[in-house]
Amino acid sequence: MGFSKIWVHGEAIDGVVASITLELLAKARELADSVEVVIAGDADSVAAELGAHGASVVHSIGSLDNGLAGPRIASAIADACSQGSGPDVLLCGTTYDGRDVAGRLSAKLDTPVITNVVDLKPDGDRLLAHEPVFGGTKDVFTGTTAEGLDIFVVRPKSFVAESAGGDPASVSTLQVGDLGSTGTAVVKDQFVEESSGPRLDEANIVVSGGRGLGEPDKYEMIEKLASLVKGAPGASRAVVDAGWVPYSYQVGQTGKVVKPTVYIACGISGATQHLVGMKGSANIVAINKDEEAPIFGIADLGIVGDVHKVLPKLIEALEAQ
Amino acid sequence: MDVVVCVKQIPDPADPGELNPDTKTLKRDTKLILDESDSYGVEMALQLVDAAGSGEVRLVSMTPGGETGGLRTALAMGAESAILVSDEALAGSDSLSTAKVLAAAIKRSNPDLILTATESSDGYTGTVPEQIAEILGLPSVTFGKEVSVDGELATVKRQTESGYDVVECPLPAVISVTAGVVEPRYPSFKGIMAAKNKPVEELDLAALEIDPATVGWAGARQEITEIVDAPAREAGELIVDEGEAHERIMAFLDDLKVL
Ligand SMILES: Cc1cc2nc3c(=O)[nH]c(=O)nc-3n(C[C@H](O)[C@H](O)[C@H](O)COP(=O)(O)OP(=O)(O)OC[C@H]3O[C@@H](n4cnc5c(N)ncnc54)[C@H](O)[C@@H]3O)c2cc1C
Ligand SMILES: Nc1ncnc2c1ncn2[C@@H]1O[C@H](COP(=O)(O)O)[C@@H](O)[C@H]1O
Repeated sequence: MGFSKIWVHGEAIDGVVASITLELLAKARELADSVEVVIAGDADSVAAELGAHGASVVHSIGSLDNGLAGPRIASAIADACSQGSGPDVLLCGTTYDGRDVAGRLSAKLDTPVITNVVDLKPDGDRLLAHEPVFGGTKDVFTGTTAEGLDIFVVRPKSFVAESAGGDPASVSTLQVGDLGSTGTAVVKDQFVEESSGPRLDEANIVVSGGRGLGEPDKYEMIEKLASLVKGAPGASRAVVDAGWVPYSYQVGQTGKVVKPTVYIACGISGATQHLVGMKGSANIVAINKDEEAPIFGIADLGIVGDVHKVLPKLIEALEAQ
Repeated sequence: MDVVVCVKQIPDPADPGELNPDTKTLKRDTKLILDESDSYGVEMALQLVDAAGSGEVRLVSMTPGGETGGLRTALAMGAESAILVSDEALAGSDSLSTAKVLAAAIKRSNPDLILTATESSDGYTGTVPEQIAEILGLPSVTFGKEVSVDGELATVKRQTESGYDVVECPLPAVISVTAGVVEPRYPSFKGIMAAKNKPVEELDLAALEIDPATVGWAGARQEITEIVDAPAREAGELIVDEGEAHERIMAFLDDLKVL
């Protein structure tokens, strides 16, 4: 046991390190002396940035060759663990690949994985994970009693990414052994859904629309408003499931976690699963015609009103500026 | 083509229950229903078997208390049969214990495809599908938005950060599907009646030759050290729109200097 050596599952696209990876590094370097990253793809192009954020070594499994990250990274880490060169703790992000890695590895090593983590703290020679439950009304602290590697899957935006000004990380190669049939899924093609403006999880202002907009066409008001305030449009799951906007717009438990300076919720009731994704926002504005809507319970400015009346005027006022 | 769908039976999310302060596990004394997230997998399986022209949809579920309410709903949608693994020793199972049990149940029937939801509504660990795949030595594709099968090959549109990947995966495989990808059918009256007579095989851990010490609370090897109330966020100003609310919002944004 112990947590003197922490590995972070690193993610990067086209040489740009994902912010979740930098967030995990910020926490890892606070907790342990030795912080290293395990990553697929071109490790050399990200070694400087990872080093600046506290990683001393980048373990590179090399190109995925269109395979999926989960089984490959899990297998490489499992081998390192069995050779005694693996970490005490692995941090993965709650991301598409992060969960795959954590799940695969936990089954490989027969070790538990703790998910939905929003904070970590030392407890003797182990780490306790902090998980919000019941829509964030209760906080639970959990540790494992298992021997060997501890795996935590951490939600985005739990920590603040910050450079520590360290030297570039050294890159070392981590072998991926024979995966058998577990590695046979192949990416044939990639599609990018077009979007303009800042990314939802990075925007300073997020304007989200919900079922209260009434019909799909009315979502245009949200996009218009978002572009006027140089923010990003978001949505509740109700309108994502109804097909008004793509899944990438979804804010909440099963969507994105956002912490903008201002979050403007329009026609959103404020279900706990939605609140989980946005209640860390610095300021919350809500417009809802039902004064009993739960969203008002956490709004700094609540407007009891009709989105079809308030939003057009707000858009007009912003356009006039 | 035979498809197994893992379906979780959960307390109604509208009535989520509470933690038992003594054992620090979830109190499960309410009636269980089909996790809505799994209704998409059931629908997808029915459509895939339909498209293949032969085969059947079977369900696998695990719950400590022997409930079948959620399974009956999925059977009423059109699944042929179900395996329910139930045993008191399963209480407090974590995701890995759950995956061990589900994998053992799935192995009994050698399906071509195993479908799960991306994450369950009450546990939402999102790790069970990968754990099942690893235990069974199978490939997997998570976050499937669209799945089609041609012979021994599945093609999956996998959700990504910026869009989706088209992933090809040889069968047998585990695929997890996201919510909202298909329109789950409502069970018809005929379906509901038929479901009453469909086979639900109940197995305990002994029948699956699983050592109780490796699953449930014992197998989870986790310890909850503390449960505290989360700091609540206070409500602020609430005004009723009399036609001028947009001005208040403008002033609010101005004060924050974000415009
Ligand atoms: C496992 C699970 C995960 C989930 N994950 C998420 C998630 O990630 N994100 C998420 O958002 N949800 C999630 N949900 C769904 C969540 O429970 C709610 O169903 C959803 O957030 C409701 O969306 P909504 O607020 O747009 O719709 P509703 O709850 O229908 O609310 C619409 C609101 O609009 C108001 N309204 C109506 N007309 C007007 C008008 N003209 N002007 C102003 N206001 C109006 C109404 O008063 C109402 O409050 C999840 C649910 C489950 C079970
Ligand atoms: N007890 C269970 N019985 C059947 N299927 C389950 C069970 N637990 C998890 N699953 C399946 O695995 C998916 C992911 O669950 P989880 O990892 O708990 O979020 C669920 O949506 C189900 O499809």
